[in-house]
Amino acid sequence: MSDEYTATVKQDNFQSWFMDKLLMGMTWPEYLRKLITPFNLVAATILSIGLPLMAIRFTQGLASVTDASNDYPWGILLGWGLFSGVPLSATGFVMATAYYIFGFKRYHSLVRLGVLTGFLGYLFAVIYLLTDLGRPWRIYFPMAVGFGTASVLFLVAWHVATYLTVQLLEFSPAILEWLKARRVRKWAMMITIGMTIAGIILSTLHQSALGAMFLLAPGKMHPLWYSQYLPVFFLSSSIYAALAMVIVVSTLGATFLRDKTDQTFLGNLDPLTLGLGKGAAVGIYVYFALKLIGVAHDDHWNLLNTPYGRWFLVEMLCFVLLPGLIFSLGVKKQNAAIVRFAAFSAVLGIIVNRINVSTIAFNWLLPNHLNHIIPPWKEAMIVLAIFTLHVLIFRWILNRMPVLREHPDYQESH
Amino acid sequence: MNDRSKEPVSKEEGAGEGTNTDGPEQRIKNGMNRRAFLGTVAAIGGTAMVGSGTLARASSDFPGYPNSYGLLTDFTLCVGCRSCEAACNRENGLPEPQKPFDDVSVFEQTRRPDAHAYTVVNRYENPKDKNLPIYRKVQCNHCKEPACASACPIHAYNKTPEGAVMYNEDLCFGCRYCMIACPFYVPAYDYESALQPKIVKCTMCYETRVKHGKVTACAEACPAGAITFGKRDDLIKIARKRIEKDPDKYIDHIYGEHEAGGTNWIYLSGVPFEQLGFPANVPDKPPIELTKGFLSSVPLVFTIWPALFGMCYAAVRHQDDVCNEKIASHKKEEGK
Repeated sequence: MSDEYTATVKQDNFQSWFMDKLLMGMTWPEYLRKLITPFNLVAATILSIGLPLMAIRFTQGLASVTDASNDYPWGILLGWGLFSGVPLSATGFVMATAYYIFGFKRYHSLVRLGVLTGFLGYLFAVIYLLTDLGRPWRIYFPMAVGFGTASVLFLVAWHVATYLTVQLLEFSPAILEWLKARRVRKWAMMITIGMTIAGIILSTLHQSALGAMFLLAPGKMHPLWYSQYLPVFFLSSSIYAALAMVIVVSTLGATFLRDKTDQTFLGNLDPLTLGLGKGAAVGIYVYFALKLIGVAHDDHWNLLNTPYGRWFLVEMLCFVLLPGLIFSLGVKKQNAAIVRFAAFSAVLGIIVNRINVSTIAFNWLLPNHLNHIIPPWKEAMIVLAIFTLHVLIFRWILNRMPVLREHPDYQESH
Repeated sequence: MNDRSKEPVSKEEGAGEGTNTDGPEQRIKNGMNRRAFLGTVAAIGGTAMVGSGTLARASSDFPGYPNSYGLLTDFTLCVGCRSCEAACNRENGLPEPQKPFDDVSVFEQTRRPDAHAYTVVNRYENPKDKNLPIYRKVQCNHCKEPACASACPIHAYNKTPEGAVMYNEDLCFGCRYCMIACPFYVPAYDYESALQPKIVKCTMCYETRVKHGKVTACAEACPAGAITFGKRDDLIKIARKRIEKDPDKYIDHIYGEHEAGGTNWIYLSGVPFEQLGFPANVPDKPPIELTKGFLSSVPLVFTIWPALFGMCYAAVRHQDDVCNEKIASHKKEEGK
């Protein structure tokens, strides 16, 4: 009889745990009813097209969904997913460094959001990569089977794998608070500084390594984008990309998940946004200066007045300098809305740059080049589906774990 | 036509030099020992992130394997018969092509090596004589310091001491960075395969022929003597002699002597190489030189960053402590 009793209690416990943790305190019917929203319907439509395409890719080969060819081995899956995704995920390392190492203590309410954005960004960069790899089940080969120590990609592989783990550890206190694992959380907190410094090392190296990957192909890239400073360009732009991205994500969180935020988060958001905007402006000006140095170093001024040169100028002026000026304007006027607008444009600028380097400037000499780089709809749909999954999982976590708010039990513990 | 029949020496030159292998086993053995040794050093050191993809070694320069084999294609001799394509296809057991090897309609398009062909011949207009087109054979150049090997994160490429750049399907996860890195657009990928996609490229008939010092299938098949097999050093000399002997026929450039650090497959032509689709902007530096600087900064970041950022952390903590002490002493004074 007592056994039966324990069993029922256990079952009840599980049921309430399940409802509390996964269904956000609702019952199944309530939860399912709440899921029917216009946003979710759009997401479901995208996934219902994208996921079958993904299945086709894995059963019939890359040729069935991408236009990848022998001259164009990489397409939008990597140009968007890896080369744009990774700099926009520098949020974890930039926010943790600012807060834990440099002592920007006021930014506390944004650190966890930055770390989560970074962690998920890297996780999904790996998912894009797995979709693009010819034999994704061999993803661990650089770690265990063959060591191409002279390869920049070897470094990227090791660092992205290690850094993914580091970021999971950095985010683990939030997971452990959600699961109410108090003691494990304490251990997780103890390694914070070590993990943050590990994050700086790994990020410095792999953010720049993504640029260094293209150093191997000088003859194939347009000289305005090819530069021996590519690693520095990639690293320095990732820093302002991160600051802009934190503004973007926090804005979206405060708008669409307002009930998951707390007063600390909402009350501090505007002043913190202005502070981040100031940092982003400085970051953009540094990057802009570096890019000028790059052109001057190779003496490529004469190339600016060519078709590709004009596109280079559009990138530099409209997608780099202009967001910087808007940031400065917003900071000067103490207007968080302007800073937010600048942040969205800066993020767009980063994507433009990475697509330029990996796709538009690459192979520019091949005949009919610009026709070759338009992604086929199937590949674009797969990218859209992975991105949708990214947003859904992001929302799932923000809905449940203490990210946009502090857990009441742990408020004094940092 | 006169050019083609006039040069019976070419094949003999090559074959003669090719078979003249005074003690290659010894040399290869030495090479292997050096490789094994340096590989171990690199593995232990951990910091030796720099080096040719084929040789895990410190960041010193690699002059190339001495006495390695190579090939010399002389485009002034090629008649576009595609015998080399057919021989290559047979030698490597590749699938039957859609159009037979004697079909000249393939020349209407510029082709490239792909998943089904290690080598292709393309036709170009001859600016000197419109009726006498120029044919160019394309295949892997077997660089002395290959970009593909420098790019590969899993060491799936290997430069053999005999000169061939070999690819090992068993190690490849299909990132295709080698294709990005190759300055000559050589490696191809079979995107059609879902479960066993792999890189496809010329092997210099390494396993079946060159390993044993034998001439490659394409060179053997060439009826015009346009492809000469031999030691790379000797081929350079032969090429120089041909240019010297006939400066009007050849342009004064041996493509591959210096391009991308030098290739084991070199070329002679009567017209500038750009006109035959050769990339003209390939630096003479081996591509790996371009990433060496970056990779050598890696161990520095690992050693300096913890100290630097640790110090920043300590400085901020120190400031906090000073601040707290001040507050505490103020409170004490107020208390008095």
